[in-house]
Amino acid sequence: MSNPNRTEKMLSDFSLSEIERELSKFPADRRQSALMAALRIAQDEHLWLSPELIEYVADIIQVPAVRAFEVASFYSMYELSPVGRHKISVCTNISCMLRGCDKVVGHLKNKLKIDFNETTKDGKYTLKEVECLAACAGAPMMQIDHDYYEELTPEKIDLILEELK
Amino acid sequence: MNSELIASRYSSRRVAANVCLPDPSIDKPWTLESYRANGGYQALEKVLSGSIPHTDIIDTLKLSNIRGRGGAGFPVGVKWSFMPRAADGQKYVVCNSDEGEPGTCKDRDIMRLNPHALIEGMTLGGYVMGATVGYNYIRGEFWEPYQSVEQAIKEAREAGFLGKNLFGSGFDFDLHNYLGSGAYICGEETALLNSLEGKKGEPRFKPPFPAAFGLYGKPTTINNTESFASVPAILRANGDWMDGEWFKNLGVENAGGVKVFSVTGHVERPGNYEINMGTPFSELLKMAGGVWKGRKLKAVIPGGSSVPVMPAENILKSNMDYDSLQQNGSSVGAGSVIIMDETTDMVAVLERLSYFYHEESCGQCTPCREGTGWLYRILKRINSGRGTMEDLDTLLDVANRIEGRTICALGDAAAWPVQSFLKHYRHEFEAKINAGITHSYPTANAA
Ligand SMILES: Cc1cc2nc3c(=O)[nH]c(=O)nc-3n(C[C@H](O)[C@H](O)[C@H](O)COP(=O)(O)O)c2cc1C
Ligand code: FES
Repeated sequence: MSNPNRTEKMLSDFSLSEIERELSKFPADRRQSALMAALRIAQDEHLWLSPELIEYVADIIQVPAVRAFEVASFYSMYELSPVGRHKISVCTNISCMLRGCDKVVGHLKNKLKIDFNETTKDGKYTLKEVECLAACAGAPMMQIDHDYYEELTPEKIDLILEELK
Repeated sequence: MNSELIASRYSSRRVAANVCLPDPSIDKPWTLESYRANGGYQALEKVLSGSIPHTDIIDTLKLSNIRGRGGAGFPVGVKWSFMPRAADGQKYVVCNSDEGEPGTCKDRDIMRLNPHALIEGMTLGGYVMGATVGYNYIRGEFWEPYQSVEQAIKEAREAGFLGKNLFGSGFDFDLHNYLGSGAYICGEETALLNSLEGKKGEPRFKPPFPAAFGLYGKPTTINNTESFASVPAILRANGDWMDGEWFKNLGVENAGGVKVFSVTGHVERPGNYEINMGTPFSELLKMAGGVWKGRKLKAVIPGGSSVPVMPAENILKSNMDYDSLQQNGSSVGAGSVIIMDETTDMVAVLERLSYFYHEESCGQCTPCREGTGWLYRILKRINSGRGTMEDLDTLLDVANRIEGRTICALGDAAAWPVQSFLKHYRHEFEAKINAGITHSYPTANAA
């Protein structure tokens, strides 16, 4: 399973120690339970999961690479192609729709000059449409990277984006 | 913690009794110090240091009439009694904090505002069911709630409320958070278990049920965040230690206690409201400030997108409890009350919901995988003015062919909205077909 030709270290010591911490949550013979976390940690460092990175993670977890590819392609938060430095995910599900998410979407598309699943030319933003993020009482809402932003208006969106590095 | 955001959530809710949502007057309720100062971990301490028999706790929960808050409403005490406590080997308690049902946003607030109630509830569950390890499965997008519970777990470990030999009882319990990665289906309990094992979140066939064959094939009990977080308060019983009547009497027949309802959509004050079971819908609507912009109520989905829609006249005669909502044609579900005013385009709403189920079907069962795609494509066609009258029959036919023919209930959840929207609002679908009107509500989805 392990690729003997691979010597390159693809994750930082910090990421590797985070993966170890996740592994410690599970019985020693259940390392696969830390696979999803390991993929997330790898993605946090590299923004997206290249095939080489997925294989690298699979080696750390000691599962066949195909298991890691299966998982990486099943869950929507894993990025399998390059994305911008900030991922903007806009909820367009029912409660957000009822409170005008179309204005949020329209404003973001105009401002960033991209459509859903596209990245701005400077590589800064990727825009995504997502399903209900369970912040419906703050609709319309979006997530940028780890953070939620609620009760959005075009003015508020402008301020939020200005503050992003 | 984004305390400003949390403060804004506070202002928009009122509570009958603080079971899962802390009293708004408490400063930083998510800290161990605040939780302790308000009776936190008393239940765990009394149970463990007094060696209270696990059967007594199950009896209290049964009497309290608390039903599972994740959507299916199964009595918590009964579920806990199914675990083979004395069987050899590892057993697990698992909390379902996947919160993905559109319209639902209560577990997020419980984890942000009251993480120790969840930890105490799960630890009590571990004791009652003979499990020494618990996992809290949190949806991947919930970074802030995850951090909140991580911090609380750390505090609880340091204070000796998690770990070995708790309160000198010989009982060990440890708890870990698990972060998902984006998949509604992982809210289904057996898909959740597969995901916890590091696999694709595909539901398993039942039986065997998780109490016999759960995580890693070991006996496992899965409850919703709100279900676990309610347990400490039920045992404390506002001073009448372990008297299940206290919680029971906060509610009505067949629905004990208080429950958190997420009120969203076209209301003046959206928010989470922890209210008595059996509260008239009209009162809940009033707490939420009424329909926004002075408009009239058109329809309500009372329990999250998977339960049938109710026209205004039906919901206005309902109370917020299992029996009343069922009598009037819907269900409590996850307690996610989606309010729609008189301007709402029901065809556009149903198109959006059908897109959700199509996106989130895991693809394992053919009727669901193919059927949800059919439903979405037909609804998109109708909503853009290109539908035919035969499409309406096809919609119902497809919905009926999905219902009851899949491993898990996602298929049913996709079918029920279609059936209920057509039952109550068929004229709106027909009008769009006849006039060839394009949608008045711009749907945002790109597909
Ligand atoms: C498609 C689907 C999604 C579900 N999503 C959730 C969820 O997000 N949270 C939850 O607690 N239960 C969810 N459930 C229900 C769970 O399968 C399970 O019944 C529940 O977690 C049990 O907890 P309870 O008895 O405390 O309600 C879902 C069920 C289905 C079929
Ligand atoms: S509908 Fe947008 S967060 Fe729930």
